[in-house]
Amino acid sequence: MSLLEIENLSLVIGKTPILKDVELAIAPGEVVGLVGESGSGKSMTALTIMRLLPHLARASGRVTFDGIDILAAREDQMCALRGDDIGMVFQEPMTALNPVKTIGEQVAEGIRWHTKASRAEAEERARKMLDRVGLPETKFPLSRYPHQLSGGQRQRVVIAIACALKPKLLIADEPTTALDVVLQAQILDLLRDLVSENRMGLLLISHDLAVVTEMSDRLTILRSGEVMEAGDTASTLSAQRHPYTRELALASMHMPARPKTHQAGSAKPLLEVEGVSRAYPGRRVSLFRPAQPVRAVDDVSLTVEPAQSVALVGRSGCGKSTLARMILALDKPTAGAIRFRGETITGKSEAALKPARRDMQVVFQDPYGSFDPRQKVEKLVAEPLHLLEKQPAKAERREMVAHALDEVGLGPRDMDKYPHEFSGGQRQRLSIARAIITRPKLVVADEPVSALDVSIRAQILDLFAELNQKLGIAYLFITHDLTVARAMSDEVLVMHEGKIVERGRTAEVLDNPRSEATQALVAAAPDLHRAIARRMQEQG
Amino acid sequence: MTAYLAKRLIIAAVTLVLASMVVFAVMEILPGDPARLMLGFNASADQVELLRNQMGLNAPLVLRYLHWAGGLLSLDFGRSYTYSVPVVDLVRERVVVSLPLALIALALSTVIAIPVGVFSAGRQGRAGDTLAMGAAQLGVAVPNFWFALMLIYLFAVWLRLVPAGGFPGWNAGVWPALKSLLLPAVALALPQAAILARVARSALIEVLNEDYIRTARAKGLPYSAVLWRHALRNAMIPVLTILGLQFAFLLAGTIIIENVFYLPGLGRLVFQAITQRDLIVVESVVMLLVAAVIAVNLLVDFSYAVVDPRLRGRQ
Repeated sequence: MSLLEIENLSLVIGKTPILKDVELAIAPGEVVGLVGESGSGKSMTALTIMRLLPHLARASGRVTFDGIDILAAREDQMCALRGDDIGMVFQEPMTALNPVKTIGEQVAEGIRWHTKASRAEAEERARKMLDRVGLPETKFPLSRYPHQLSGGQRQRVVIAIACALKPKLLIADEPTTALDVVLQAQILDLLRDLVSENRMGLLLISHDLAVVTEMSDRLTILRSGEVMEAGDTASTLSAQRHPYTRELALASMHMPARPKTHQAGSAKPLLEVEGVSRAYPGRRVSLFRPAQPVRAVDDVSLTVEPAQSVALVGRSGCGKSTLARMILALDKPTAGAIRFRGETITGKSEAALKPARRDMQVVFQDPYGSFDPRQKVEKLVAEPLHLLEKQPAKAERREMVAHALDEVGLGPRDMDKYPHEFSGGQRQRLSIARAIITRPKLVVADEPVSALDVSIRAQILDLFAELNQKLGIAYLFITHDLTVARAMSDEVLVMHEGKIVERGRTAEVLDNPRSEATQALVAAAPDLHRAIARRMQEQG
Repeated sequence: MTAYLAKRLIIAAVTLVLASMVVFAVMEILPGDPARLMLGFNASADQVELLRNQMGLNAPLVLRYLHWAGGLLSLDFGRSYTYSVPVVDLVRERVVVSLPLALIALALSTVIAIPVGVFSAGRQGRAGDTLAMGAAQLGVAVPNFWFALMLIYLFAVWLRLVPAGGFPGWNAGVWPALKSLLLPAVALALPQAAILARVARSALIEVLNEDYIRTARAKGLPYSAVLWRHALRNAMIPVLTILGLQFAFLLAGTIIIENVFYLPGLGRLVFQAITQRDLIVVESVVMLLVAAVIAVNLLVDFSYAVVDPRLRGRQ
């Protein structure tokens, strides 16, 4: 008998159809993966089970949990189910906890609400649960506030809240998407253990096929609110009968074609970073002792040659982005020198930096946040043109923007649109167009594809590869995703706690990692091939 | 925590000193010789000069500032030019009216505004919300003296529950004194409550869209419990900010209401002092109000730290 059974579930919000005839079942102790790209209706399916849908949403069909008709249940019956029999973990651990309440209060609150336990009893149970999720009392007393914890630790607290009353079903909506790969592996392990300890059903929602394959017994693939394929994980993914399943699998393992590989040492370096450090004033521990500075970047040296693609990989907080900011002359190093085309860029005035800025552009992670929503594309893409020696005339400027848009696969008509008229992938194309309009020699890309769906990500990676091959643009790719590093770079640098701990040709380093930090990254990185092979083996 | 508090305290002290300099300087620049004013226009130049010396008006500017500021610290505000009584006595008589009035009005406005804000935010876009916010709109738009007149008509003239105006003094007993402050406090509180309710509502609606509200709902808490337990405290910072500003207004900006109810408050004192060019009274009351505003803001800053643990720093 299934624990959760969804039959013919359809959902409309206002007049927009969100889900159509979705079917899904979970048995006790079973892990079911729900895979799909953004907007496919994964989260809405989860919120329907919890009955936490937005006001205007109307669901039809049948959702049965443990014999209860969820869609027909009264609100007080749902309150009794939520947090007791059904727990839920969300994507964004940084914002999922109430900032003004201690973690103890937040874990104990659900326990007290459902069991009517006294404060002391509830706190004791909360304590045990926090111990269980890997937050021991000595380091994480109940009196801690969320802002005193890191992202991974906060996600553990969220899991403790969801699992405190040993629910029969846990819904985890992209529980590790905001975390780096090492933390992701730890959190997935924890979820797996909790499932087997309590014979809990787990609905794991993710856009990452590799993660779902590693975790789930069965999977359901969703696209625009409809189930494309559902079945046993190993056979579904090895057979890839449905074209969309194949498309997703191919996209998530996509390697763009880069026939011209770069030979290291073939040219004078374009960018040289020499012994660069960046220290921040630390927090004062005592009134009488000076604060110990925190070294975000510690004595880093690297070079990028023309047309070379270098990946800088590392866990979150390792100093990658701080280093990138200094290379872009947005931040000053406390020690060391950064040279671009042989000229020092540290400590120069903005006017003196103009030529360097022209030849060194940037692409950021978030294609939504990096555009002014009130300006047209023509103005946004033309922005770096003020760095040119001679300002182009209006007609010439339009010509240049049209050309840049063409190079990233957009049309000249897109010039008069506003950013909100584009999809996430198209916006990332816009930011690439903006970066290449001045014909730069180097583009620094800070997690340029990590906010994108797999199919879009494959297209954007192709675009990056093409521009590198055609225009000879050198890249510094900053990423925590080893698949991206492998797909895009000639050389890789592994950063750990502010230091470069390993460097070399990408394939060599990733296939034979020598340093501990690299080994941890490689071991934790989800890999679809490996995951399918393991699944097949387990099932014989 | 201590570092945050110490920083706020230092900022408050520096602000107070700077404000005293500004107040002193403005009074220096204003035309009108106090000595001439006190003696009348028939006095001779010699007499005026003599009085100027007596009053210390001929001393260098810096000395006079230090003397004045030192006096403030020891609650010696000087003598009123018009009444020739110590300013401190004048002020004391008025503060015992204005301060309780402001406090009652503030309490009333909070007690009305917070529940209305929570009610509206919980029913965003529905009939109850529209009605409550319509009423708030009216409260902001209608001037408070009109409210005051309506209140007098209803409760004093028609129902005869409270006096229509005047203040019997605290010596007449606590209840009669409070009774005469009741209507003015309500008249002052209503427009303030309307503003505060709107601020509380919008702050709450913003908080209700946060992820942690969803986490709390997923725990099984009903909507109302989430609203009171999780949302309200997070929405307090903008509410406290407005509350601080309102207190300052209630303490000093009540001239109209004091006139309507014929109350001997600070507002009327300043108003009279200005028309009579009794600059020393104006100076003293303005300084007193500045100090009160700074103290309230300091209190608001402290309460931020109570509400939001992120401001307290690491323990």
